[in-house]
Amino acid sequence: MSKTIDKVMQGFFLLCGLITVGCVCLITFYLIISGIPAVREIGLGKFLFGKVWASTAKEPLYGIMPFILTSVYGTVGAIMIGVPIGFFTAVYLAKFAPGWIKKSVGFVVSLLASIPSVVYGLVGMLVLVPAVRELFQIADGATLFAAMIVLAVMILPSIINVSVTALDAVPKKYEQGALALGATECETCFRVSVPAAKSGIIASVVLGIGRAVGEAMAVMMVSGNVANMPKLFGSVRFLTTAVASEMSYASGLQKQALFSIALVLFVFIMVINFVLRKVTLGGDGAK
Amino acid sequence: MMKRKILTAVMAVSMAVSCLTGCGSSGGAKGTVTTDGSTSMEKVIGALGESFMERNQGINFSYNPTGSGSGISAVANGTCDIGLSSRNLKEEEKADGLQETVLAIDGIAVIVNKSNEVADLSLEQIAGIYTGEITNWSELGGSDGEIVVIGRESGSGTRDGFESITGTEDACVLRQELTSTGDVIATVKSNENAIGYASLASVDDAVLTLSVGGVLPSSETVLDGSYAIQRPFVLVTKEGKELSAAAKAFFDYALSEEAKEVIEGAGVVPAN
Repeated sequence: MSKTIDKVMQGFFLLCGLITVGCVCLITFYLIISGIPAVREIGLGKFLFGKVWASTAKEPLYGIMPFILTSVYGTVGAIMIGVPIGFFTAVYLAKFAPGWIKKSVGFVVSLLASIPSVVYGLVGMLVLVPAVRELFQIADGATLFAAMIVLAVMILPSIINVSVTALDAVPKKYEQGALALGATECETCFRVSVPAAKSGIIASVVLGIGRAVGEAMAVMMVSGNVANMPKLFGSVRFLTTAVASEMSYASGLQKQALFSIALVLFVFIMVINFVLRKVTLGGDGAK
Repeated sequence: MMKRKILTAVMAVSMAVSCLTGCGSSGGAKGTVTTDGSTSMEKVIGALGESFMERNQGINFSYNPTGSGSGISAVANGTCDIGLSSRNLKEEEKADGLQETVLAIDGIAVIVNKSNEVADLSLEQIAGIYTGEITNWSELGGSDGEIVVIGRESGSGTRDGFESITGTEDACVLRQELTSTGDVIATVKSNENAIGYASLASVDDAVLTLSVGGVLPSSETVLDGSYAIQRPFVLVTKEGKELSAAAKAFFDYALSEEAKEVIEGAGVVPAN
């Protein structure tokens, strides 16, 4: 009797697993099927490397180079701002902070992770954008730079949490050994603990990249959303926001082209996930 | 086991009963109303359709957002009951036996920050700003400051209306392209050099509404046509062709007193 229950439950669990796999397959196939026709019609080269996006003009142009470059620049910028902050926060929390600070900062970090992206966007729009305008004396603060800052803050939780976990997992005896040999606390931390937790820290950065590339709502509200080639203090549109901002009214080839953008974005995310798997599985981390 | 079966049976019966009573309570005219045309009218037609179906449960209302041009030809071909157009009919279209009934008028307000000293612009000046010919407020009698031009995303009905009236289609040089009226107002409110446009009904005191050619937008100036940035929302029907009972009911409802509130709720000025 209990064996039958076991079998039934196993079947149920398998079904749950299959639902997840099914969703991924469905999305993949749907994106490929609906994304290919526009690329065919526009031409892959013109689509990927065209510099002008004018989807509703009388003679429409569908070049997504501005979006691709903006997404790449924006993510790189967010990583450049966010990774140092996140990394050093993680080092402090894992190796130097007293217990109560570690607990309370950890709580704040997880709170930061659970703030909805629209709230980031709203605060960015009402506080950050005017601040950027004042600070740099430019006409309008809705720029690539503002988007980078918002993204940098948004990726902090993933960088901090994953890095702290990796640093915590470094065996105590490594550090005790280094200290016993006369290394200072800082030397121990950066020469022993950090290298030992390397794969976890790299994974945290890749996770951050994934979050930054895929974010739509928050950047839509602070980046100005005009399809220009990216400039640090210019109005820009990301891959994600290109889809989100035009989808509601799009029709015909324009709609198909938006699916193609989504496909490009999907390829980006796939590559990032692939790298993440390589890093976490291939690394010789101290787990 | 037996108990569960009984329970299921009871639930099935009660569901069937509630279904029957649900059907029974409708009544009045039955059938379908098909409308086709302007994407700008989506909001007002959607609201009207919804409240209409609430009142007439047997009638099925449908709206196909294809654009004013295809909506007009759909009525001419008889593929829909009522066509929707966000421009007046052309003479040749009227000559083809089409009839226009203005349902509402869409006024688009041009807004700037409250600290802006400019209070009036001509249609040409507005077009100049949006095409990038005029880039500084000092050229318009304001204080020195680069104009921050705010527009809406392509496909937006407000953008389509604004650009067609100011003659700036495909020529706008925007600094920000925002996806909602609220975003436009919030941005203009926070940037003293910004200019934007928004549906008249959604503009509030947070921003300064400009007069265009000396006329401030209001329900009255939109209705009497003195405010320039406006366009009609038109119901197009075919002359001499009797509307079906359901379509007639919708047509009458859309022009009735009780529909006025719905039309205003959608952000436009009722025409009658």
